[in-house]
Amino acid sequence: MTNTPVLDIRDYRLNFNTFDGVYHALDGVNLSVGKGESLGIVGETGCGKSVTVRNVLGLLPSPPAEVISGEILYNGLDMLKVTPEQMKKIRGIEIAMIFQDPMTYLNPVFTIGTQMTDVILAHQKALAKGEKKSRKEARAHAVDMLRKVHLPNPETQIDRYPHELSGGMRQRVLIAMALSGSPKLLIADEPTTALDVTIQAQILDLIAELVDDMGLSVILITHDLGVVAKICDNVAVMYAGQVVEYGTIEEVFGRPKHPYTEGLLKSIPHPGRPPEELFGIPGFLPNLLNPPVGCRFQARCSKAMEICGTPAPNRNNAAHDRTVLCHLYSEGFDDA
Amino acid sequence: MLETRDLSVGFKINSGGKKAVLMAVNKVNLNIRKGDALGLVGESGSGKSTVGRTILHLNKSTGGSVIFDGQDITSLNRTDEKILRRRAQMVFQDPHSALNPRMTILRSVAEPLILHTKLRGPELREKVGTLLEIVGLQKQFLYRYPHELSGGQKQRVCIARAIALNPELLVLDEPTSALDVSVQAQILEFLKSIQKELDLTYLFISHNLAVIRYVCNRVAVMYLGQIVEQGETEDVFNNPKHPYTKALLEAVPLPEPGQPRRGKPLVGDIPSPLDLPRGCFFNTRCEKAMAGICDSRSVPNYLVENNRAVRCFLYNKDLQLEQA
Ligand SMILES: Nc1ncnc2c1ncn2[C@@H]1O[C@H](COP(=O)(O)OP(=O)(O)OP(=O)(O)O)[C@@H](O)[C@H]1O
Ligand SMILES: Nc1ncnc2c1ncn2[C@@H]1O[C@H](COP(=O)(O)OP(=O)(O)O)[C@@H](O)[C@H]1O
Ligand code: SF4
Ligand code: SF4
Ligand SMILES: [Mg+2]
Ligand SMILES: [Mg+2]
Repeated sequence: MTNTPVLDIRDYRLNFNTFDGVYHALDGVNLSVGKGESLGIVGETGCGKSVTVRNVLGLLPSPPAEVISGEILYNGLDMLKVTPEQMKKIRGIEIAMIFQDPMTYLNPVFTIGTQMTDVILAHQKALAKGEKKSRKEARAHAVDMLRKVHLPNPETQIDRYPHELSGGMRQRVLIAMALSGSPKLLIADEPTTALDVTIQAQILDLIAELVDDMGLSVILITHDLGVVAKICDNVAVMYAGQVVEYGTIEEVFGRPKHPYTEGLLKSIPHPGRPPEELFGIPGFLPNLLNPPVGCRFQARCSKAMEICGTPAPNRNNAAHDRTVLCHLYSEGFDDA
Repeated sequence: MLETRDLSVGFKINSGGKKAVLMAVNKVNLNIRKGDALGLVGESGSGKSTVGRTILHLNKSTGGSVIFDGQDITSLNRTDEKILRRRAQMVFQDPHSALNPRMTILRSVAEPLILHTKLRGPELREKVGTLLEIVGLQKQFLYRYPHELSGGQKQRVCIARAIALNPELLVLDEPTSALDVSVQAQILEFLKSIQKELDLTYLFISHNLAVIRYVCNRVAVMYLGQIVEQGETEDVFNNPKHPYTKALLEAVPLPEPGQPRRGKPLVGDIPSPLDLPRGCFFNTRCEKAMAGICDSRSVPNYLVENNRAVRCFLYNKDLQLEQA
């Protein structure tokens, strides 16, 4: 990390206790994001991207979730241990989250304005009387936020109902709502997956602008490698509940080290080049009710060795702030 | 082999208490030669699936015609439809809902064979086994149920079923969109190889430009029910002519480092198909729109070089003179 991390997840292990048994969803996740930085988390369905960030805001009910180890440090404060009171002061104000489907998080029976104003007023509960905004001021702030996310005609759009807006506009509203408490960290879980590609481009451009202009830190979850490559500084590649590779976009996408990252990059057709041969990754994700001993990728890895039956070491190249979880690099590595 | 002439599909819908007609497909002209893989690309709601479904008679057309192998199949009787079913098949986006959960893989793949052929008993099993082999699944899958298969395996089963009757044309509607990328790669490779092996013609529907570029030799770009550009895939990708095609290609983020973080994304939303703009449907978002022309006259198709059709006034030579 080039600057002190805003969020630092360390050795995070989490299980789900299900009827079928213990599901080992996260196994020793390490991640961090610095001030004004954007971190992408990529990986295929079910690899644990959403689960990794849910508990930053205490959003995983326990049971079934059970934290086995680790800490989630927000500016040094362990979010796994905060009191409900502390959480109230952080949720929406210090850290905000947005999700894939905006409609799920907007109430269809209230106007955008009513919902945004409520959120803004709720953020101020902790403030002293004199510092609180009136309902009128809160509404004006909502209009400002809508303008900031480039919603056309915010003064009139604010009185519309969610279903009267397009998917892209709803996502802008949700971002505006998330940013209304001036958070330092925005966690966006597949924010553009439900959108068309020309609308996705608008939203990505908006997120990049917010990072540049507001010094916002962002964690962006997506399964689209193109999306992270476009707007993130760093990327964490997840596989079966572990971060298998972490580093800058240049390093990880330009010189992948982990066999899974290599495989992933070779399996996507490139929209900007004539067809080259594609290589899928044979086999399936391991069943995490009964995870393999040792490297979780070994059954699908073309480079697997005998030693891969033991847990792979997490090697860090400090000079480049780059991490790879694989026996191939047990001696460490240089970046050349 | 397959041609659509001014094919149109309107859906009667209720919009805010009023009856309205939603033009999902608007005078579409496609020409698919034998052995072609024609990609139909566009954003959601542009009408791609409706075109595919209408060609296979899963939808009624409301205008224009479909010509299959020289024969007008726009209004078919039952027997003709049965023949069409043998010669053209569809593969859907979601392999999970396309298979009956209570049927073994054997039953699912055998179904079209039982309906359309006299194969029964061991011969039928033999045939299904061969089909599974073609799609890269071992015989052990014969007696499994869909829930025991991964998404990619299920999509292979759907493809096995679609090719059971040796069709000539496959309409593939987003066949890999529900799959993870590492699995998508296997299915795409496989679709390419059976196309050659079995001499198939594809209408390949996708919103994913990279996937289209990978599989198709020709491509047609749809916007609000119309084809705005059509041509050889590499020509269109290397040198897009229609302003919408250009914007679409620029909007796709590339999976590689070194792209500019901020760009100039296309402004505005896709208009509602119930409230289509006057003139060129793209004029509300087009940087090159010419006032007095694009917002009032409807745009014909212009044929420019190498088999390329573009629906945009910029390619009308006379108009350009007028402007100059
Ligand atoms: N049965 C129907 N009744 C009414 N409207 C319909 C019907 N089927 C499709 N439409 C409308 O027709 C238009 C085109 O639909 P279609 O499903 O072909 O789009 P598409 O391009 O395939 O979109 P997507 O990528 O989201 O699947 C849309 O506006 C859709 O809402
Ligand atoms: N509440 C839950 N109970 C049991 N298993 C869960 C629960 N939530 C998530 N999981 C499992 O954890 C894994 C990771 O989920 P998730 O983080 O949502 O994946 P994704 O990377 O697609 O976002 C998945 O296999 C999922 O089925
Ligand atoms: S640890 Fe072994 S099996 Fe795992 S990715 Fe590295 S080489 Fe492959
Ligand atoms: S016809 Fe006019 S508005 Fe339409 S794409 Fe061409 S230049 Fe743009
Ligand atoms: Mg998720
Ligand atoms: Mg569709």
